[in-house]
Amino acid sequence: MAINILMPALSPTMTEGKLAKWLKAEGDEVKSGDIIAEIETDKATMEVEAVDEGYLAKIVVPEGSEGVAVNAVIGILTATKGEAVTAPAAAAPAPVAAAPAPAAALAPAPTAASPAAAQGERVFASPLAKRIAKQAGIDLASVKGSGPGGRIVKGDLDGAPAHAPVASPAPAAAPAPVAAPAPKPAAPAPAIAAPHKAIPHSTMRKVIARRLTESKQSVPHFYLNLDIELDALLKLRAELNAKSPKEGAGAFKLSVNDLIIKACGVALKRHPGVNASWTDEAIVQYDEVDISVAVAIPDGLITPIVKGADRLGLAAISNAMKDLAARAKAGKLKPEEFQGGGFSISNLGMFGISSFSAIINPPQAAILAVGAGEKRAVVKGDAIVAATVMTATLSVDHRVIDGALGAEFLATLKKLIEEPLSLLL
Amino acid sequence: MADNFDLIVVGGGPGGYVAAIRAAQLKMKVAVVEAKHLGGICLNWGCIPTKALLRSAEVKHLLDHAGEFGISAENVKVDLPKVVARSRAVSKQLSGGIGHLLKKNKVTVYDGYGKLMGGGYLAVSRDGKPVAQLAAPHIILATGARPRQIPGLEVDGKQIISYFEAMVPETLPKSLLIMGSGAIGIEFASFYATLGTQVTVVEMMDRILPVEDAEISALARKSFEKQGMKILTSATVKKAEKGAASVKVTVEAGGKEQVFEVEKVISAVGIVGNVENIGLENTKVKVERTHIVVDGYARTAEPGVYAIGDVAGPPWLAHKASHEGVVCVEAIAGLNPHPFETWNIPGCTYARPQVASVGLTEEKAKAAGHEVKVGRFPFIGNGKAIALGEPEGLIKTIFDAKTGALLGAHMIGAEVTEMIQGYVIARQLETTEAELMHTIFPHPTISEAMHESVLDAFGQVIHF
Repeated sequence: MAINILMPALSPTMTEGKLAKWLKAEGDEVKSGDIIAEIETDKATMEVEAVDEGYLAKIVVPEGSEGVAVNAVIGILTATKGEAVTAPAAAAPAPVAAAPAPAAALAPAPTAASPAAAQGERVFASPLAKRIAKQAGIDLASVKGSGPGGRIVKGDLDGAPAHAPVASPAPAAAPAPVAAPAPKPAAPAPAIAAPHKAIPHSTMRKVIARRLTESKQSVPHFYLNLDIELDALLKLRAELNAKSPKEGAGAFKLSVNDLIIKACGVALKRHPGVNASWTDEAIVQYDEVDISVAVAIPDGLITPIVKGADRLGLAAISNAMKDLAARAKAGKLKPEEFQGGGFSISNLGMFGISSFSAIINPPQAAILAVGAGEKRAVVKGDAIVAATVMTATLSVDHRVIDGALGAEFLATLKKLIEEPLSLLL
Repeated sequence: MADNFDLIVVGGGPGGYVAAIRAAQLKMKVAVVEAKHLGGICLNWGCIPTKALLRSAEVKHLLDHAGEFGISAENVKVDLPKVVARSRAVSKQLSGGIGHLLKKNKVTVYDGYGKLMGGGYLAVSRDGKPVAQLAAPHIILATGARPRQIPGLEVDGKQIISYFEAMVPETLPKSLLIMGSGAIGIEFASFYATLGTQVTVVEMMDRILPVEDAEISALARKSFEKQGMKILTSATVKKAEKGAASVKVTVEAGGKEQVFEVEKVISAVGIVGNVENIGLENTKVKVERTHIVVDGYARTAEPGVYAIGDVAGPPWLAHKASHEGVVCVEAIAGLNPHPFETWNIPGCTYARPQVASVGLTEEKAKAAGHEVKVGRFPFIGNGKAIALGEPEGLIKTIFDAKTGALLGAHMIGAEVTEMIQGYVIARQLETTEAELMHTIFPHPTISEAMHESVLDAFGQVIHF
């Protein structure tokens, strides 16, 4: 008898994903617990474990297929080798872990589920609107349709941004209004004539582009800078690291960043108004202090979450961070390990960056951009002395956090870092 | 004490009754005030009864040519009273149908004239006596239009007649002079000429059917002249001297005056809006050249007062009025419809041959700055047209060379009035030539000529 292998949902909100790789070939024997395929979502690659035993009789969705709907039949398992299978078996108990419901009957064509939806949301536009948009270089995804059911019609393209030179004079370089009424559609990238190599967007690249564009365009950012002396923190770090066992379960090696995560955790606990999100109805303050930490990975970045950063000890934060960063780089984070969080930290100090302004990671309301700790001349009393100083820049969503609150938070953070013994409490 | 409604519609023509039914569908309590016949001019004295008359003319034409189809029909005679009676019966049947539709939709109909009293009140009177006082937050004026009169050539109803009298002739005039070659003038010209009247058409512009594409207009003229009509363009009627049994009409054309002695004259020189005696003086409603000024949602300058159809300006077409009424009512109901637009309103003339068009003429498309691609396909290349014995006709399509937008379509020939909607839908959906070229048209139909015309515009015509 044939058993359908269904596209698993890796998170409650996941509706589709990319079938990145088959680890079994047609005809291979499959044991319960075997990894049979890898699924790629927005940010993570997940392994699909077999629940049932048998033989992989047919691969329905070939590897590399994008936009595969959750619960779509991706493969068929049979009890005996060589059992003939022509079409997905009728809805059978879901064989794949985490697949909640039996699949609805699916079109038997193997590729039916993939290419149509692969480009993301379908844009409805009249043929004429499509052609005019193409000729004028207008990105239809950035146009709001006024036709039946939101269909884009010719008239909707009037005033849409186009890269093609048009007869109308360029708008005067007036300063942008402070309170832009609505996010403007993203200007399309110009058609590039120069010799070049086009790198197709990965799913992650698309998500980064979409989310950060949305954030920078719709969230009213403002920025607060503060210099923080690190000498005391560096001294504490050296002392603590010296006490770590060489090896074994209790071993740790604290980084400056680990201490900053802890300091942010404590500061957020004291200023819950910063650990918050804007919604249309209300400002949401989070009960838990979960901090997203930006980690660069080969084709983008990801923000694994240190949960309960206010409560965790320094060694626990350090070890958790090492594990999360390693698995992030391998693309093995689980969705719940990078989805959520109430606050973000981005640290480019290791590259020698003195200071920078980060884009808020929505729906969070603030992100701390941490620069390099460097020896600077500081005035203490009436003397100029050398001190290790880093510049921290807090990007703030003004809808949620006003200037005074942001400043208070930064002042608390500065005090915690400059007098780090309190972090041990 | 006034009767209260959500919406009052003044006028039960194709604008008014459609608006009323749409409003009823949207759960409004609606009244229609109509002085004469439900269905308006369209149903009672316009579109519909003339189609009945023209059908009789078409039957006569076919019988006259029955021999060409291998059928012998001797002694073909026109029984004019029966032709007229059939036309009246068709109107009566449909007008009654409108009454049923309004009743089914629970629309209250008041028999009388409506007059705005200001502040959302409307007085209804019959024979000069008040019969009801109505009140509603929204009042739609759909009072229509009536024939325009030329000073010195006023309609007397006997020798100089309008479409009302022309529609119910007691006897067939031996000769007729028709002033005006718009759809109304040309349809009567075609009807009477087919029945055997000597018809002369006088048009002020340089061509007949002046709103049509010049090429189509020229083909129509050629066809009508072949049928025996006299057509004078760039011509004006200077005077009409009425005698006992004839009218001497002096026509100036090309600097020369000619005198035509005819039995009757039909005046078909346009219409004026019915803006009098409806209480506009009690409102801020603006009137320009006999038409009420409205915006895309049929709103007048007076809040709560709307105007649709002929009284609200051109094009003076029933289907324009109906759609305007729907948009107006949906806007009142908060459905947020697209404003009414005139770029895609087809026009039809039901002469023999028929003429139908939508969008820009070639001349207007070029004047608007379009670089155009023009397709033409004559009926002589269409199998079905040949089989029907209707080889005269042309379908002309005009595309924007850059975008492929179908800017206009112009058709002359058999059944084109039934086919134009194909292009109208294409335009409404904003198709380009690519979709039209890849649409499969049924064979054998005259509509294949529509496909071929599109193919021709892009150098891919098959059958010509």
